[in-house]
Amino acid sequence: MSLLEVKNLRVEFPNRRGTLLAIDDVSFSIEPGEVLGVVGESGAGKSLTGASIIGLLEPPGRVAAGAIFLEGERIDDLPYEKMRRIRGKKIGAIFQDPLTSLNPLYTVSKQLTETILVHENISQEHARARAVALLEEVGIPAAERRIDSYPHEFSGGMRQRVVIALAICANPKLIVADEPTTALDVSIQAQIILLLKRLCKDHNTAVMLITHDMGVIAETADRVAVMYAGRIVEIGAVRDVIKNARHPYTKGLMGCIPIVGHDVEVLQQIDGVMPRLNEIPKGCAFNPRCPDAMDRCFRDRPDLMATGSPSTAACWRYDTVTANG
Amino acid sequence: MAETALLKVRKLAKYFDVSKPWLARVLENQPAQILKAVDDVSFEINKGETFSLVGESGCGKSTVAKLVVGLHEPSGGEILFDGTNLVEAINRKDSNLVRRRWQMIFQDPFASLNPRWRVRDIVSEPIRVFKLARSSAEIRERVGELLTQVGLSPVDGDKFPHEFSGGQRQRISIARALSSEPEFLVCDEPTSALDVSVQAQILNLMKDLQRRLGLTYMFISHNLAVVYHVSDKIGVMYLGRLCEIATANQLFKAPKHPYTRLLINTIPDMDMTRVERAPIQGEVPNPIDPPSGCTFHPRCSLANERCRREMPLLRNDGSSLIACHAVEEGRHT
Repeated sequence: MSLLEVKNLRVEFPNRRGTLLAIDDVSFSIEPGEVLGVVGESGAGKSLTGASIIGLLEPPGRVAAGAIFLEGERIDDLPYEKMRRIRGKKIGAIFQDPLTSLNPLYTVSKQLTETILVHENISQEHARARAVALLEEVGIPAAERRIDSYPHEFSGGMRQRVVIALAICANPKLIVADEPTTALDVSIQAQIILLLKRLCKDHNTAVMLITHDMGVIAETADRVAVMYAGRIVEIGAVRDVIKNARHPYTKGLMGCIPIVGHDVEVLQQIDGVMPRLNEIPKGCAFNPRCPDAMDRCFRDRPDLMATGSPSTAACWRYDTVTANG
Repeated sequence: MAETALLKVRKLAKYFDVSKPWLARVLENQPAQILKAVDDVSFEINKGETFSLVGESGCGKSTVAKLVVGLHEPSGGEILFDGTNLVEAINRKDSNLVRRRWQMIFQDPFASLNPRWRVRDIVSEPIRVFKLARSSAEIRERVGELLTQVGLSPVDGDKFPHEFSGGQRQRISIARALSSEPEFLVCDEPTSALDVSVQAQILNLMKDLQRRLGLTYMFISHNLAVVYHVSDKIGVMYLGRLCEIATANQLFKAPKHPYTRLLINTIPDMDMTRVERAPIQGEVPNPIDPPSGCTFHPRCSLANERCRREMPLLRNDGSSLIACHAVEEGRHT
């Protein structure tokens, strides 16, 4: 059984002029201990997918259809209090900016022990000892001394380590990490990626890693889902997607990333920008930018289908069942 | 080389006084605190080439950019633009004659365009300030040309910045920078706020403009892959100092300074070779209180007594410039 199963998720934002469809029919699953990367440009719906899973979708956004199962149990329709129990205990969360995810008024010790005590029935002293052990595990030097500091006394990288300690303190099965390294310097980013990888291995924790950075995905993820305009356009093993992209968008995306050691005078270019939610074209949402668009792409919306490679893509070019129109 | 240097920077320094207010300082009996944001930085940029500065946040690369365009006054050293001293030239009455020869492109296209101005006014501001056109009809025509040049349309001039996406706004910034017909563009993280597919469009546009107009770029970025793609020559900065200057090829194929090696080691591996890499140690120290000797020594595996004591200076090492005792003594391999 998959650890997490997202089925036909649909997220809408009702507003005065109608309803914006932010996530349209997204399905995927995460196995225990697996790192699933979710990549896409801003506005593709990757963070919203994460927020739906941890039940932190901001109103007026709402899950309009579909279901999310954690260990076989449906979690998207749970009442707030019940979801609050699952969040932290079974699903940990790491956000982009470590400064805003920590409370500036409390010491790190207070924030960690509080979280531990919510989920576990142990004494204050034991909780503190756990907290110190956690800080040591995430690589904070002199944890015993540093634990009584306030968040502002830590550097950005160290703060993100504290956030990671908070996320893993109840031994969750799944961590949703939304751009965990984007606010950090490159050398710190490499450290945090290494730490996340090590922790997942040690605790057999699955990670949903949301990022815009293909490099981070290449380093960390086992599988990757590429999102575009609220849908998954391609999903498969990282190596297959990066080395042998099937969807024209993924191909373009890979071509437009400058890579050290690859000498190209002109980067491949995807003209135009991702459509706004209220301007998503009929048919395949990528059709205005697609170099291979056919008549059918302007008419029907493709679902994920087999591509002849191990990954699946939502592109009519791989449709062998019905004849091309 | 027959190329001539357009910009020469010699021993450039910029110190900021970050002390507490005078009274608090006297009462607490504390000395003044000076932050050496940029110290002893020297480099040259040849006509038509792209020189990049890389480094992590707080290393002083943006301060160098601001010094070079005259937005900060240097605390020491000199900047020679096409042979004339930049600081003196700016303070002269006829400074407009030289000022129009360089322009800057900033990181955040949402903050660098005035939201209450029409695009036409934004793009034509340098033309009006430097009096490069005689009539408003001429300005209008020139703005249309500029917008076309950066891949927008002349009718976009009537719109306001909020009507454009991030990538389009960065195109407007570029059009504005080009409007005074500069030779030299300082680009401070021009693509960091953009999505990758838009980043590729902007990088391609910048390269294309460079070829057509013979521009010289100084490019500031923390993204090594982008720097590799655009640069001819690269300077690596750490805590306000340059630690290595080399051609792009050389820097990435055979990095010498331990910090350059560390940086290159952090580049995500897109070829999926999955080679285990050495973990990276430590963080950038507080620039107010930098380590003694070579400021990189607490993170350096090659550091010895001399590195802790003595600050290394940039010295010629074959085809590149390196500030490292270990490289000088041949301890680095």
